[in-house]
Amino acid sequence: MRVNVKLFARLRELVGTGDLTLDAPEGATVRDVWQALVQRHPAAAVYERSMSCAVNLDYARMTTPVSEGDEVAFLPPVSGGSDAELR
Amino acid sequence: MPPVAVITSTPLTVEAAIHAVEGPGSGAVATFLGLVRDHNLGRRVLWLDYEAYAPLAEKALELIVQEAQARWPGARMAIHHRTGRLDIGEASVIIAVATPHRADAFAACRYAIERIKQIVPIWKHEHFDGGEVWIEGATADANDEAAREAALKIACA
Repeated sequence: MRVNVKLFARLRELVGTGDLTLDAPEGATVRDVWQALVQRHPAAAVYERSMSCAVNLDYARMTTPVSEGDEVAFLPPVSGGSDAELR
Repeated sequence: MPPVAVITSTPLTVEAAIHAVEGPGSGAVATFLGLVRDHNLGRRVLWLDYEAYAPLAEKALELIVQEAQARWPGARMAIHHRTGRLDIGEASVIIAVATPHRADAFAACRYAIERIKQIVPIWKHEHFDGGEVWIEGATADANDEAAREAALKIACA
């Protein structure tokens, strides 16, 4: 099956695009989609521990199942508002 | 009713945020503006670029409004967040909170800005004299109760 992957900020820059389609096996989870992404774009791996994820506009877990056509987003640590500290 | 949770590339105004929370039961309105500052960690900041996952960011802002209304009964809250290139002095975020009594307005306003930094998918790209850097804060998790409690503790300190 195919899922639509969205990437943002520095993660988007590392991969070179914010929108891509990836193949995942039936019964796949968000983790499988992430691993498919890292396999194709190894630079993304630096966000393995710090990113969060969302499926179809809901925050999700790496264990969340995905389905054909789902929108799976990987999000670097956020810095909205104002005056965020660099860590 | 004007929208209370807004992600927009057009300049923000305090009036629009206040207008969104107007109501006859209010005795106080607190507002907060986050501004683009000309320095950060010793760097001379030239401008900021804000990138958002807009549909999820608006949902996260709506969640913050709902959390505040559950914690401070009678509160009406609007959060407007800007995206795109912002120059020094421009407002990146404006929060307005109307409540029956003033103490709750201040607390709810503080709660909102702390929660924005925790769970709203927006990223700040700092362009400074000599380079650029993505600012990264919290790993966003709307279901992290400990983070929510921490924001509440700061708001009610």
